[in-house]
Amino acid sequence: MTPDPIIQVDRLVARYGDDTILEDVSFTIDRGEVFVIIGASGCGKSTLMRHMLGLDRPFSGQVKVRGIDIHGCTDKQFRRTLRNIGVLFQNSALFGSMTLAENLALPIMEYTRLPQKAVDQLIRMKLCMVELSGFEGHLPSEISGGMKKRAGLARAMALNPEILFLDEPTSGLDPVISAEIDQLIRHINQSLGATMVIVTHDLGSIMNVADRAVMLDKKRRGIIAEGDPRTLRNSADNPDVRRFFRREARSESPAR
Amino acid sequence: MTSPGDAANGSADRDSSGRATYELPPSEFGDLRIELAGKIDVSTAPGLRTDLLNAVGSKTDGAVVIDLGRVSHLDDFGALLISELRQQAEADGRGFSLIQVPENVGRILSLVHFDDENVCRPLPEKERPNIVIRLGRAALGQFFNTRYMISFLGSAVLALLTVLVRPRSLRWGDTLAQMEKTGVDALPIVGLISFLLGLVMAFTSALQLEQFGASIYVASLVALAMVSELGPIMTAIIVAGRSGSAFAAELGSMRISEEIDALFIMGFRPTLFLAAPRIVAAMIVVPLLTLFSDLFAIAGGLVVGVTMLDLTPHSYISQTMKTLTLFEVMWGLMKSVVFAALVSWVGCLRGFQTRGGAAGVGNAATSAVVSAIFLIILFDSVFAVIRSYW
Repeated sequence: MTPDPIIQVDRLVARYGDDTILEDVSFTIDRGEVFVIIGASGCGKSTLMRHMLGLDRPFSGQVKVRGIDIHGCTDKQFRRTLRNIGVLFQNSALFGSMTLAENLALPIMEYTRLPQKAVDQLIRMKLCMVELSGFEGHLPSEISGGMKKRAGLARAMALNPEILFLDEPTSGLDPVISAEIDQLIRHINQSLGATMVIVTHDLGSIMNVADRAVMLDKKRRGIIAEGDPRTLRNSADNPDVRRFFRREARSESPAR
Repeated sequence: MTSPGDAANGSADRDSSGRATYELPPSEFGDLRIELAGKIDVSTAPGLRTDLLNAVGSKTDGAVVIDLGRVSHLDDFGALLISELRQQAEADGRGFSLIQVPENVGRILSLVHFDDENVCRPLPEKERPNIVIRLGRAALGQFFNTRYMISFLGSAVLALLTVLVRPRSLRWGDTLAQMEKTGVDALPIVGLISFLLGLVMAFTSALQLEQFGASIYVASLVALAMVSELGPIMTAIIVAGRSGSAFAAELGSMRISEEIDALFIMGFRPTLFLAAPRIVAAMIVVPLLTLFSDLFAIAGGLVVGVTMLDLTPHSYISQTMKTLTLFEVMWGLMKSVVFAALVSWVGCLRGFQTRGGAAGVGNAATSAVVSAIFLIILFDSVFAVIRSYW
């Protein structure tokens, strides 16, 4: 497959007030790839994602999505770009006052010209894709955490966007459901051809789904490793990277 | 109109990157063949939909055969299109089949459970429960609400008793912060509203009393009405709007994010920890606010008396002092203590009762203000009755 960059992050510097979170971060994501952003807690994974989505403005540097600099373009271009992006937020961000079906219907009714009946059926198909059929009429507060994640995923995919951002899609879920979500991510990536950008620190999930990964580090405020996660696990030079992949503590345990 | 003998074709093209076309080639067995080609996805499927549904609907016999051999890409919007065509065909009792399904299309169809009866068929309308069931549910809801209210009242009283017996059990830092928020921060608005209220009262009554040459009694009227009735009520209503709603919203957010459960598990009593500081703070500062409210209203009356009625400030104030008794002032302050307890108690109650998400917090805040105003008026009536039998 010829590389076809869909997202380019170029010398991004992210600051909140006086705190520099990311310093000079550059990488590209190719079309159709499952790209994972990993790193220890607090290393700026979520910050990076917020900048890639245009939710926060970078201190300097650029983020280009489909060739459009999302921080420097016009409002109209930015909104058009957003239509090609779906996001699963960490807490699912389902609207609490709407049923699952209404949550999914919101973007579909806004951006397509389908009658209500067809939309209802489409929503059942989408919920079925994430194994939630039968829960159309439930409110988000009435379903479990794993179901919320899947419903959020279904809403992120409502318009079959080219790029899906998933913020910790498997955190807080049991291993079986996590594996099912990994499988679902693979399925969606293969059959719908969506590019996936996943922020996670679930090791199993990384090995299952990722084509490529970047690892962020808090001290370096940037990328310390990039590549296929299986290669990184086996042959990374950096001890922090090895520790992450082998799930080792930073120092030897005192009770030795 | 398209008959099966004619070849027909069309396309839907809304996105330069993908182009979807369809053809209706003639078929020898009297069935309707539809050949789809290209990308059938979110941007093209809604455009093809009307044409194809019309094509299937224009004929009422013969099977419908859809040839997917040249489809390069299909997503769930495409699957929806095919499923709608199948529904239309089956509604007329006709056969339906898909031929030459490419592998990637088959994968999507299985992902959306295309062959599952329950997914791709319209859902039967959900029946609304009948009136008896709904009435019963509403009655049960009301019953549990009342029960919770009574138990929360008991737990609040217990918490206040605990504070009386062991003052150290109250979180004083929190209480001071709440006193500032409920009292000090409300002073400007309470002062302004009371001043204007005094002004209006004096002005309105002056028009009548002047006709009898009794304009000096404007001072008595303003002072008496404010101190025994309007001062406590106005202040309590402002506090209900400012702080009662804030208590409900804050505790409601804590409830839905499981912070209250966390407190409970750590061994704290949520009522003592969260409600008691707020109730105590309100009971301390609302009487003070009421005093300020009385003073500002009398000042408002004084302005009207001096500028419009040719009274001297001295005569206005001495008439005010002559009218007011210590009993009136204490009676008004006692009422305001009760109102403060009611407003803060019901604010905390609604906060603790919050269920659901963001909308639940909004409902709690609304309900706190409405219940508080109702309780204020109700208890004011009770006080009026008590006083008439004194």
